[in-house]
Amino acid sequence: MDYLYYPGCSLEGTAMEYDRSCRALSGALGMALVEISDWTCCGATAARCVDELLSVVLPARNLALAEKTDPGIDILVPCSACYLNLETARETIRTDPVMRNRVNQILAPDNLVVTGSNRVRHLLDVLSRDGAADQVAARAGTNMADLVIAPYYGCQCLRPFHEFDDPELPRSMDRLIRATGAQVLEWDMGGTCCGAATATTRPGVGQALVGQILAGAKDADAVVTVCPMCQMNLERFQPEPVPVLYLPQFLGLAMGLSSKALGCGLNLSDVRPVVIRGAP
Amino acid sequence: MALSDVREKPAARPEAARRLEQVKDKVAACIQCGTCSASCPNAEFMDMTPRRMWRALLAGRVETVFLSQTFILCASCYMCTLRCPRGLPLTWAMAGLKQAAFSLYPDRFRRSALFYRAFMDNIRQYGRVREMEMMTRYFLALKHPLVPLGYTSMGIRLMAKHKLHLRLPSAGPGRLAPLFDRAGRQEG
Repeated sequence: MDYLYYPGCSLEGTAMEYDRSCRALSGALGMALVEISDWTCCGATAARCVDELLSVVLPARNLALAEKTDPGIDILVPCSACYLNLETARETIRTDPVMRNRVNQILAPDNLVVTGSNRVRHLLDVLSRDGAADQVAARAGTNMADLVIAPYYGCQCLRPFHEFDDPELPRSMDRLIRATGAQVLEWDMGGTCCGAATATTRPGVGQALVGQILAGAKDADAVVTVCPMCQMNLERFQPEPVPVLYLPQFLGLAMGLSSKALGCGLNLSDVRPVVIRGAP
Repeated sequence: MALSDVREKPAARPEAARRLEQVKDKVAACIQCGTCSASCPNAEFMDMTPRRMWRALLAGRVETVFLSQTFILCASCYMCTLRCPRGLPLTWAMAGLKQAAFSLYPDRFRRSALFYRAFMDNIRQYGRVREMEMMTRYFLALKHPLVPLGYTSMGIRLMAKHKLHLRLPSAGPGRLAPLFDRAGRQEG
């Protein structure tokens, strides 16, 4: 096994194409993913706004499950919010002995112990630093050559833990996109906020923020994302139709994986202009 | 809501008062430089900028803070946290204000409070979020016939992609209920 896999709740529902494409791309790259068995919700944004202790306990339970079956194995997380919660819990467990004791007392009746030994890594961290670009380049044809792609990172995979990229002007997707033969849009809005959950409760916020982002991407043929919440907002508030794909969908298409295996029929935006460049 | 009502509330709710003190501690070293306001993507939608809100909080003008929409509009983008020259955990401080507000003023922040409650109940019951049931329970709790309409077109788009699953709600004690109860007991 190469990585433990924590899909998170969105990838079982509104972001199921992100789950499919992560698994399909990992297979094509020869990365073995093993789903953490019996994983539960990380608490999302809600837990921190309701109960501070639960906001550590909920992600820590998943870290403890990982430690129990596969100590030391990196946990790969595609959802930026899950990644942030798991990583925050890991930092807390490692640096705050009082909180670590409290959490372990709560987990103990389930025969779980957490020390924070498994690393938590966002999908983009793994793809950009564990050698994926060379493999994509080796298998990509010339189909994507004249496309311009806007890499959109969002917030929570970059901040507050800037572990693998610049937290304000991120570039980690550049090499992966160029490996497909496509060009990268030069812009500075890849790390600006889409409104996240405030766009759900205040649609006006979503319209304004996503409108600015998509205006900045107007010279691109498609936008690629690495977060279910960003993907949802960028697809929901489009003034003009533009294809928005998850990064593993785009890389998979360039490598010749089938659009069905990558879940390309499930996007809410019309992604056909990109899909037709890939395999039939 | 009367201002006197706002002033009396923290004293009547010790856990929320404690939460507020923790938030104040987090931002106590604020130098009022305004980097947070300049970095906030939602500042233009707020009735008070983040810098002004931190000042009001530290000056003890709690009512001013809770009559604003500032902290509710925090999208957790962490740009202010990243850039704060004092290294203050401002995004977490915003979350702390939300916690205090939901417990102190459940009526004023009813929609957000009910949404988070529906979310946490859903995790307690199933361990993972069942989006369809969570939204249904949220709408039922709201008792407001027009709010669900705002989500109808999105719901239909998701349904057409078979992304919303209708599953029978299950009764019983709840998948994570023992864990939630143990955490609740520890917080006392």
